[in-house]
Amino acid sequence: MKFGVVVFPGSNCDHDAFYAISNVLHQPVEFIWHQSEDLANCDAVILPGGFAHGDYLRTGALARFSPVMKSVKNFAKSGGLVLGICNGFQILLEAGLLPGAVMRNIGLRYICRHVHIRVENTATPFTQAATPGQILKIPIAHNDGNYTAAPQALVELQKNQQIVFRYTSADGKDDVAGNPNGSMENIAGICNRERNVTGLMPHPERAVEFVLDSADGLVIFRSMLESLVSSTKASA
Amino acid sequence: MATASAEIKVTAEIAAEHGLSAPEYAHVQQILGRDPNITELGIFSVMWSEHCSYKSSKVHLKRLPVRGKLVVQGPGENAGVVDIGDGLVAAFKIESHNHPSFVEPFQGATTGVGGILRDIFTMGARPIAVLDSLRFGPITADKSAPGISPEIIAKNRRILDGVIRGVANYGNSFGVPTIGGEVCFEACYSQNPLVNALALGIAKKEDLFFAKARGIGNPVIYVGAKTGRDGIHGASLLASAEFTEESQQKRPNVQVGDPFVEKLLLEACLEAMTTGAVVAIQDMGAAGLTCSTTEMASRGGTGIEIDLARVPQRETGMTPYEIMLSESQERMLLVAEKGREPEVLQVFKKWGLDAVVVGEVADGGLLRVKDHGVVVAEIPAHPLAEEGPVYQRPIANPPAKKESAADWFVFGPEKKNLTENFKRLLASPAISSKRWITEQYDTMVRTNTLAVPGAADAAVVRIKGTKRALALATDGNGRWCQLSPRLGAMHAVAEAARNVACSGAKPIAATNCLNFGSPEKPEVMWQFSEAIDGLAAACNELETPITGGNVSFYNETLGSSIYPTPVIGILGVIEDATNVLKMAFREDGHVVVLLDGLSVPSDSSAANSSNGSDSHRARQFSSSEYSKTIGGIVAGQPPAIDLAAEKRLQQCMVALAESRSIQSAHDISDGGLAVTLAESCFASAPARKPGDTLGALLKIEVNTPAESAVFGECGARAVISVSQASLNAVLEIAKKHGVSAGQIGGVTANGIFRIELNGSAIIEEPVETLRDIWVHSLERALNES
Repeated sequence: MKFGVVVFPGSNCDHDAFYAISNVLHQPVEFIWHQSEDLANCDAVILPGGFAHGDYLRTGALARFSPVMKSVKNFAKSGGLVLGICNGFQILLEAGLLPGAVMRNIGLRYICRHVHIRVENTATPFTQAATPGQILKIPIAHNDGNYTAAPQALVELQKNQQIVFRYTSADGKDDVAGNPNGSMENIAGICNRERNVTGLMPHPERAVEFVLDSADGLVIFRSMLESLVSSTKASA
Repeated sequence: MATASAEIKVTAEIAAEHGLSAPEYAHVQQILGRDPNITELGIFSVMWSEHCSYKSSKVHLKRLPVRGKLVVQGPGENAGVVDIGDGLVAAFKIESHNHPSFVEPFQGATTGVGGILRDIFTMGARPIAVLDSLRFGPITADKSAPGISPEIIAKNRRILDGVIRGVANYGNSFGVPTIGGEVCFEACYSQNPLVNALALGIAKKEDLFFAKARGIGNPVIYVGAKTGRDGIHGASLLASAEFTEESQQKRPNVQVGDPFVEKLLLEACLEAMTTGAVVAIQDMGAAGLTCSTTEMASRGGTGIEIDLARVPQRETGMTPYEIMLSESQERMLLVAEKGREPEVLQVFKKWGLDAVVVGEVADGGLLRVKDHGVVVAEIPAHPLAEEGPVYQRPIANPPAKKESAADWFVFGPEKKNLTENFKRLLASPAISSKRWITEQYDTMVRTNTLAVPGAADAAVVRIKGTKRALALATDGNGRWCQLSPRLGAMHAVAEAARNVACSGAKPIAATNCLNFGSPEKPEVMWQFSEAIDGLAAACNELETPITGGNVSFYNETLGSSIYPTPVIGILGVIEDATNVLKMAFREDGHVVVLLDGLSVPSDSSAANSSNGSDSHRARQFSSSEYSKTIGGIVAGQPPAIDLAAEKRLQQCMVALAESRSIQSAHDISDGGLAVTLAESCFASAPARKPGDTLGALLKIEVNTPAESAVFGECGARAVISVSQASLNAVLEIAKKHGVSAGQIGGVTANGIFRIELNGSAIIEEPVETLRDIWVHSLERALNES
């Protein structure tokens, strides 16, 4: 299954996502330049972390105008898998592919550390290999991860089970101390109603090998692969 | 051409205002065979400034060892380069950005990081790590400096906050992990913080680039951000008021950084280099266009001719003087192969950056600067770069301070309060965890970080595609250097190398950033000269040649100098990345072993307990962190150093790592054995259930004062933990390396930290209590109002 990693000017986790797919997941992967409208026949697209276009104006606000985003939107509309990590999540929010927005972290500081997130919904192509309620230890690294949504949008997210990941304490308890950025409902990641677009603030590509202190992020990429393989089989 | 500068006639007075002395100005006239015009004077003044010419330090720097088997490039290029095996090289260098960081902490620190990153990727190496060595004034009441006012403390906190945000801003956005360094606090840095940034990059050996202009007729290309009026004379520390229109506001001399542009510049430069059309490249840092054109021409033995009208400019009406002296950030100058310009320009266009042919490599060795075709400066490049003034500044050994036992730390009276004092030590900004700071840095981007800050004695990054990893550590104890510049400098090298060895890596090379007061003061030059001798001795013995760095003089405010602060960065190689050593204790039941490179450890030998050595001990202990924090005493001498012992210990650590027979390693430094042991307990927490942190029980039998035994800071020592099954093998390896190995205790599951001296407990406290103090004190101190 072929993955594409979009490179915006200012992306800086593009190489890390590429490495996780090629060297750990052992799948073909290609960089896609932001000015290209050709997704190179990829089966899944990753919008990586970083500071696309310097995050000027607002995180992700300029990136959504990059030519590649037109193709990403079409790809998503046709059911293609799109994963936005950190800045990639912020871009998906700005592009309207996911609901809500992120604000500055509640402490007004950049935070980089391992956090724990709980898988809230395993019925998505990004979590199907996880066990319900599984706790993942994955690092965050961001200034703006404080997820927020209008009350009605939040109700919709809950009703449709679009909240995919929540911050928790290390032993899986819901508590404020486990939430590093003040996000509503301890939200760490969400998906669209159709389940084929997911964004999250933590960096699963940084947690794919034990030597990096955790391999818990791998379950997200494995899920994507499984889902792609089974849908290919189904359509064959 | 109606520029303000063209109308000014240069006189000896104007030259003096530019910081050129009468003999220096005469030399300028001699090189030119005439009077310089104002643009030429500006060019000479920055090239011959202390910052760019090293005129006061050159004669001393010659004494440093710079050669070694693995050194590919020593001092003189943008960064030092060493061979790390597998056909790869590491480029690394440390540089200061002290003054700008005091004037404007955020921008000063951020451009400090930006500048050192450019030095690395200019060589064709992709940056993979940044370390920052920071010194601030006290951020809490300091018993050793009771005169510090609450206002100064509040200001120091603001400086710290700005610097940390600045460092974080640049590295995080650029996408390089900021993974180590140190943060120290002394009253002398209140008006003069130190911000030293070290960057490390790797490249294939054959893909290295150098800054030598070659090939007459080859185009000279300006790339990156546009040139503005920022940072003029930033490097040369001079005001330029006389040369600008009176109405014009005085510009701040601090440069302004944009990490986003630098990220684009990095990717574009590395991509352009792969075209094969790039001949040479140099970044525009201090003295901007002046320095890059002059040095490239001088190194290549050629001339360079440029026309300023083609330089991309951010503001209108800039004079040649301003354009040549601007220190706008995120700019590079490169030489391409003639006829292949389009290949290079295309890459920069893709990344949305300016790239313009501004001139060419020329015959005749001249730096010829034109403005719309009219020559505005013409100077022989080689003399400009290489014939700058060199001074043998006067040196005076300051009168020896008369010290007596009355000035020194008194052992004993506090003995009953050791647990309380230990808590105070753990809470002090110097010893407490720097987590609050390092969590603001992206420490993991590029997914190579094998040891995040606080996990090992050195920062460790793997090299993908190989089995290897690199370890890096910085060190520099200003307080020790103030008490003895030579000894302090030796300790800085020894400790940085020991840190690297305690992560399992073999130290191979060094870089240095020498922060001192005014070179015009004979006692400062004495400190400098002594420190150089100390560095040379230690680097020679430990086989870590110095491959580059920088000198920062004039670190003083209102006439008082900072402590002499040579900061050393040591690079080490781990052949097998799976052998990385970390400081965390792993399991209860493991044996705690004290390794000491001195075969007869001074602190544990009953033979040393005579009265004579007691006063010797008090004198040494008076320079310790405990003495400063608890006793309020800074006096005496740093601990004596035995470089051969340091080397034995380091070689032993590397051998132990390779044998895979030990579970943890942590060197003994600030705060002594007690702090080392506690940190190994604390570091066990992240991998264990909340509250289930491992404890330690230590039993020491010595005939020395308790404070000295547990808080003494003698070098050449480390604490390791070992499983029972591996103990004999470990003792054997230590013996083979001439290192004494004492079984001093064990790792416990009861969560209690307990040290017994000659059978009775002198420190006892739950680890979690201690850890809470250690982890949160810095943040609590900063949030106090």
